[in-house]
Amino acid sequence: MTTYYTNEHEWISVDGDVGTVGITKFAAEKLGDVVFVELPDVGKSVQKEADMAVVESVKAASDVYAPVTGEVTAANAAIVDEPAKVNADPEGGGWFVKIRLADKGQLTGLMDKAAYDAFCANQ
Amino acid sequence: MADVSTTPLKTTPLHGLHTRLGARMAEFGGYDMPIQYAEGIMAEHTWTRSHAGLFDVSHMGPSFLSLPQLGGGDEAHRKVAALVEMLVPSDIAGLAPGKVQLTVLLDENGGIVDDLMIGRPSGEDEQGSLYIVVNAGTKENDFAQIAKAAGAEAQLCRADDRALVAIQGPEAEAVIAGILPDAVPLTFMTFRRIKDTPFGNVIATRCGYTGEDGFEILVPAEHGAAFANRLLEDSRVKPVGLGARDSLRLEGGMCLYGHDIDISKTPVAASLSWMISKARRERGDFPGADRILRELREGVPSKRVGIRPLGRAPAREGTEVQNTDGETIGVVTSGGYGPTVNGPVAQGYVDTTYAKAGTPLKLIVRGKALDAEVATLPFVPAKYKR
Repeated sequence: MTTYYTNEHEWISVDGDVGTVGITKFAAEKLGDVVFVELPDVGKSVQKEADMAVVESVKAASDVYAPVTGEVTAANAAIVDEPAKVNADPEGGGWFVKIRLADKGQLTGLMDKAAYDAFCANQ
Repeated sequence: MADVSTTPLKTTPLHGLHTRLGARMAEFGGYDMPIQYAEGIMAEHTWTRSHAGLFDVSHMGPSFLSLPQLGGGDEAHRKVAALVEMLVPSDIAGLAPGKVQLTVLLDENGGIVDDLMIGRPSGEDEQGSLYIVVNAGTKENDFAQIAKAAGAEAQLCRADDRALVAIQGPEAEAVIAGILPDAVPLTFMTFRRIKDTPFGNVIATRCGYTGEDGFEILVPAEHGAAFANRLLEDSRVKPVGLGARDSLRLEGGMCLYGHDIDISKTPVAASLSWMISKARRERGDFPGADRILRELREGVPSKRVGIRPLGRAPAREGTEVQNTDGETIGVVTSGGYGPTVNGPVAQGYVDTTYAKAGTPLKLIVRGKALDAEVATLPFVPAKYKR
């Protein structure tokens, strides 16, 4: 299983042709306490770099973008019921959706962990 | 985010303290201010409602308007009050010694230029002076307007270089008792000068912007950090940033200037008619009186109300408000998540026919019509010390 990162601070952990997607620890910390999450329905098609979900902190609403094009195969109801889980474990139990990748070639444009850490250091 | 401004941000006397406490800083009202500290907005909000929160509000505009000669009792007070009554609709002349009044500066059309506090000092040697506190983002214009109204009769002395520190929450009184015991006898919306404290001469007001009991204390700049540190030594006190200040005031049903009220709104539309005193209504001698008195008689087309989204999604400023038939009837002017309410809260303007508490509304959030209803303000009951 390999994890990739976007410059919009999403992560995607790919197993076969399905990727689990969430927001990074860096993004969760920047956002502050998450109070509301809106996820796409299972079966919905999402486009790479288009907004896919919404995450809201006490202060503001932010879009979450799809790191790849594909079909949503699962949505994490646990973070809808308890948005604080996004802050508690953003890169684990606080995952957002699973996406069946339309084109695994899109992964090559994303960052690996080292590149992403360097990217965050410059933010 | 691009910062097009070339003006350096102003800082408060507590700036170094914020940095040391690891605050996340951002621009507010021209100042570099703490938005939140390490624990975050939710924890800071909840702490204030259950213990005591310390807020740096030194960016605001405290000032004194004084006759050349102080003392002279009621007559001196009436004289200085008459100068500001040209600008506001409240009965400043009728203020009892030591009382503070929340009021609004009005333009000639009755539009709200700013909301502000005006206090009449309690000391006999202070009569003929008013303590006036205006908002940060509007203070240059406010001060100019007040100074112009005063002309040669009185002098406006700015005190916005000092530290203004708020301590808010159910444990605020107990904390203050050990540091400024002379502030404890104050009741809600009263203030007093306290001389020769370890932090110099201070002015303590029992007021706030959270709905909790608490104090705002004006301290000489050189003692500001020491005073704040002294408060923070008490384990009941934690620093609270502007993020939680906003969620606290929103739950408290209070207006944020530039959002819930501005020059396009009269006090009647803003549901602030209580500020317009009986004596001033009878005299009709405040700016925009014709319009405001007419609105008081005949009503206004739309007015400010509390709005409670019934789901989990917050409705932010600018959200369209519809009736159940899908017609646009208003707009959200501030909205977010209320940690104490444990759900979204908002306020906004709706057509007056829909302003009654419990009226069903729709909020258009990301293209979806979400259920909401008109709510009575405040969302969280006030706990003022009367």
